[in-house]
Amino acid sequence: MMTETMEAGTDPLVQIRQQIMWNRLIAVVEEQAQTMIRTAFSTTVREAGDLSAGVFDLAGRMLAQAVTGTPGHVNSMAESVGHFLRKFPAETMRPGDHYITNDPWLGTGHLHDLTVVSPAFHNGRLVGLFANTAHVIDIGGLGMGPEGRSVFEEGLYIPIVRCFEQGRPNAMFFDFLRAGTRLPVELEGDVYSLCACNDAGARRLSEMLGEFALDGLEPLAAFIFARSRHATEAAIARLPPGSYEAEIWSDGYEEPVRLAARMTIGAASIAVDFAGTSGLSSRGINVPPAYCRAYACFGIKVVVAPDIPNNWASLAPFSMAIPEGCILNAPHPYPVSVRHVIGQLLPDLMMGCLHQAVPALVAAEGSSCLWNPPLRGGASVSGQPRGNRPALADFEIITFNSGGTGARAMRDGLDGTAFPSGVRTMPVEATETVAPVIFWRKELRPDSGGAGRTRGGLGQIMEIGAAGDLEFACNAIFDRVAHAPLGRDGGLPGAAGAVGLRGGKTLRTKGFQLIPEGERLLLHLPGGGGMGAPATRDPALVAEDVRNGVVSPAAARDLYHVALDAEGGLDAAATLALRRQRPD
Amino acid sequence: MPIARLAVDIGGTFTDLALEHGALRQTAKVLTTPEAPEQGVLAGVRAILRQSGLQPSDIGLLIHGTTLATNAIIERKGAKVAFLTTEGFRDVLALGNESRYDQYDLNIVLPEPLVPRVLRLPVPERLDRDGRVLRPLDVVALRAHLPLLRREAVQSVAIGFLHAFTNPAHEQQAREIVQEALPEVAISLSSEVSPEMREWERFSTTVANAYVQPLMARYLRRLERALREMGLAAPVFLMLSGGGLTGIDTACRFPIRLVESGPAGGAIFAADLARASGLSRVLSFDMGGTTAKICLIDDGAPQTARHFEVARVGRFRKGSGLPLRIPVIEMVEIGAGGGSLASVDALGRIGVGPESAGADPGPACYGRGGERPAVTDANLLLGRYDAERFAGGTLPLDAARAEAAMVAAVGAPLALDAGMAALGVVEMVDETMANAARVHAIESGKSYEGRAMIAFGGGGPVHGCRVAEKLGIRRILVPAGAGVGSAIGFLRAPIGYEVVRSLYQRLASFDLPAVNTLLDGMAAEAAAVVAAGSFGAAHTERRVAFMRYLGQGHEIPVALPARTLSAADVAGLHDAYEAEYARVYDRPVPGSQVEVMSFSVLVQTDVAHAPFAGEESPPVATYPAPARVQRVRDSASGEAADWAVFDRASLSPGATLAGPAIIAEDETSTLIGPGWRARMTRQGWLDLTRETA
Repeated sequence: MMTETMEAGTDPLVQIRQQIMWNRLIAVVEEQAQTMIRTAFSTTVREAGDLSAGVFDLAGRMLAQAVTGTPGHVNSMAESVGHFLRKFPAETMRPGDHYITNDPWLGTGHLHDLTVVSPAFHNGRLVGLFANTAHVIDIGGLGMGPEGRSVFEEGLYIPIVRCFEQGRPNAMFFDFLRAGTRLPVELEGDVYSLCACNDAGARRLSEMLGEFALDGLEPLAAFIFARSRHATEAAIARLPPGSYEAEIWSDGYEEPVRLAARMTIGAASIAVDFAGTSGLSSRGINVPPAYCRAYACFGIKVVVAPDIPNNWASLAPFSMAIPEGCILNAPHPYPVSVRHVIGQLLPDLMMGCLHQAVPALVAAEGSSCLWNPPLRGGASVSGQPRGNRPALADFEIITFNSGGTGARAMRDGLDGTAFPSGVRTMPVEATETVAPVIFWRKELRPDSGGAGRTRGGLGQIMEIGAAGDLEFACNAIFDRVAHAPLGRDGGLPGAAGAVGLRGGKTLRTKGFQLIPEGERLLLHLPGGGGMGAPATRDPALVAEDVRNGVVSPAAARDLYHVALDAEGGLDAAATLALRRQRPD
Repeated sequence: MPIARLAVDIGGTFTDLALEHGALRQTAKVLTTPEAPEQGVLAGVRAILRQSGLQPSDIGLLIHGTTLATNAIIERKGAKVAFLTTEGFRDVLALGNESRYDQYDLNIVLPEPLVPRVLRLPVPERLDRDGRVLRPLDVVALRAHLPLLRREAVQSVAIGFLHAFTNPAHEQQAREIVQEALPEVAISLSSEVSPEMREWERFSTTVANAYVQPLMARYLRRLERALREMGLAAPVFLMLSGGGLTGIDTACRFPIRLVESGPAGGAIFAADLARASGLSRVLSFDMGGTTAKICLIDDGAPQTARHFEVARVGRFRKGSGLPLRIPVIEMVEIGAGGGSLASVDALGRIGVGPESAGADPGPACYGRGGERPAVTDANLLLGRYDAERFAGGTLPLDAARAEAAMVAAVGAPLALDAGMAALGVVEMVDETMANAARVHAIESGKSYEGRAMIAFGGGGPVHGCRVAEKLGIRRILVPAGAGVGSAIGFLRAPIGYEVVRSLYQRLASFDLPAVNTLLDGMAAEAAAVVAAGSFGAAHTERRVAFMRYLGQGHEIPVALPARTLSAADVAGLHDAYEAEYARVYDRPVPGSQVEVMSFSVLVQTDVAHAPFAGEESPPVATYPAPARVQRVRDSASGEAADWAVFDRASLSPGATLAGPAIIAEDETSTLIGPGWRARMTRQGWLDLTRETA
């Protein structure tokens, strides 16, 4: 009965009821995501939050996505469900079935991301699908890093298969899974956790349908899609229509990589063409197209319609044309393990286009790609201990670290904060407890924030050694060293990154390298770009930055045209003179 | 012989008092005096003594909780603090966990550290993970900071070095040097305030302690003196956020442990009711003017945690506050209360809170200048309050203003009349609270189905039935005295102190002597704190290991025997962990190693709890006639009908009535939804059960 009146859609009580159910559906997927965080084994999920979760209709259209999670999975996971349905049509699915893949081209872009899809039943009828994605710690192969020359070297490849059939684990699948990883217990546990969290979602969905006396999700889906589509299109309609071009450069692996975009804002849609983007790399920095769409979409959405929940309809007005043969449309079997290094520059690229349309709503370029050093030591780096030389215990760890974000129109950028990624870092004390490493330094990097009316966020300086300063190795995945984050509207670039040894030697930004005995790895993380002319920044803020040691007196004078007195306080008269003498 | 026990809870607007004298209880409410909070306390103490005909010398024990420390942090009105820390790690407080609490807000604001960078002072020194010295403390470099501390007139100093929780020697050495040069300055050490792994949380807690320490110490000493002057010689205890009590000396050293004392009192109040009613699985629902607090209570004990966030800047969002690692009663607090404001967003969705009209101007119906509709306005428009009798008739409500505000902000944009708009607002706020309860339960590894609800605070009894329906809860208890629940809870709290220490161990290579030495030391420390104020009362000691599978991110507390551990105990620990893990997560993980991250020891006095039982013989059922009827629109069905109204004061034990109905009292109204039945218990509580499916 309820279903009929809902389709009428005019009854005020029904309208309110539909809003309540929409909120409930978002709570259901949030519960799904929280279940994963509580039960997953990989620290990448539990501590860092590298995951996503959502509910879909039987046509594979996403209805709601958990707020908890990281943007890289936004609509790459959303696209993935359609691939599952093509291989396993909805009518073949049974209660207790779970399907899995880590195919970079059918999932979220590299083998480390597992995607699990599970059917949800209510009163014996298939009503929807739950999907989730999580980044696991190990999937065999070379390990997380750029060195693979094809996806076959990058780890265990799982096509779309049924991992549980009517509640029974697929024993052969789990045999292969355990054999293909360095961490079999954790990986198997993670797969169980992903299936369990979809089960939790499906249970709640059935309860919700019961409470609201619904047979299926169709009327609610129609309501969510209509409202979301309408609101997204209205947000787009507020933008000045036109075509806007931008480019951004990555350091690449073997050579610099150009990412180019032409964004066309129409009356009710936004189309992006990536023509002009560099070709493929022979190493694992290539980006599968779904991952490109995910981060490009995030970059647009965060500016244009940040408050509208993610679903099929709110993402539908954004379309991407990604030419074949470019690094953003990697075909199988190109290596893609660290596709985030390039992919995480896409929001900056999108904002480069949008800046021409709505300059006050975008941020300057930031450090953007995470600076996560995978560190390895012990016998696999230095061989067996010989003679009476001390040896390190074997270890393999990764820590998450971020440079500065770009300045915002009304606020400074954020110091040492992840953007666009949504992950969290781990404490140094915890890292030192699990591996024989010493972090000698991890603090903000003065003068790294791009100067501007609003300043870019500061990068960091990190100095890492092994216990006893013994030999260890770093599988570098860094960027923004040859190409600093740029400012906007006259704001200056943030400081470029630097990778080297404490003794002064420079290291490559990408690839496996040794830190010899007696040496330490020294990382300078980039700062964000500034926004607006530095000489228009409030002199009191500049003086405060100098007092706090994040801007040097020389930079205050030369970049901001701000003079300080002997005590370090603002010298207002001298500042005025400086600014008159050197306008901008 | 002093006989009465008195509790005082200072909140943002009111200072609540509860006095128990044998079987009699008196309560009182006076206005908080923020500039000198002890004035409000004294006024309240005088009022409640007058009320009960007692003298100050009749008070045998005074228990006190206050939001003073919390407010000092929220309003940034604490001391000027300098932070001495390991060279190379000057910015731990600023970097936090390097994440954004809102993925889609480009203009996000992160909380500012309590100490600016210029006063975060690096000191060359370094310990390794085992507490061994990698680099000795550079005393000369440390002394070089002293002139700056003087020049900046720093009032309080926090000292936090990496791995100091395993070896406090460098922090202690630094304290000696600073204290010698600046004897009047208060000093907080990370190895004493929060000796646990994870530098950001530990340093944040230490700095927050230093930030509120001078203010709290001054206030507590003033209060103590003023009470003595009025002839109240009883010992004074402070309510801790973890649910225990401590003496003034300890409170002055570690005032950060007082931050959530009010809500903790509310949870203890609910836990006591749960025990007295024989309810083993409870969800307490405390809805006030600006926030609602939800706490899970199993077997009469509120859930506890070791982590808390204070002063959230992002609309109550997790991750937007300053982390504190202290023992707390675990609860979720959301921006949904009677004053929460309603609006409509770009998608045509009704939103409620966290923005609040507060007490001033308050909801539109207060007629004090509020022009936006609040939850209280919506309740009035649905007919749930009697406009003339609200707050015992002291604050007549203006329905016309409520209607105008509701139509302007919600009705017009959605083409709804005032009544339907009000229904939308109430449904949305109830849904928000139910969803918060769901996520909170999941995050805690607990379920909410089949629990009983204990509803209190001004809004709890009004919204209880509908929130319960959304959670599948079929029983609700509405206690008497719900308006001063926190203060009553203080009277049920044990005197106790909890010590937590990190000592990393794998079960496979468990260092039994080291762990036993650590635990005995912790027990002695906690016992000394408790002995100072418990006058020989019997103590209970509880020991816990926080364990996880090797490499997992989340620890599970596992109880240890309160004695020297043997090798057999360690073997049993693995089984105990797996059993606990399976209970929370359905199945253990075979073949995995188990590690211990930290240990806690809680020492507390035994409290004479209410016996764990319901009513032995329910009072004879009576079926009173309603005092009047009121036109009410039901938020579940949308239908308006005449609801029976009863005055709570006129109901006697055994009184039984069927919903839909309203039980009105001065402080609040209890809504009995259609399909619910209410019965007054012997103790004067309302016991609501859902009759229909």
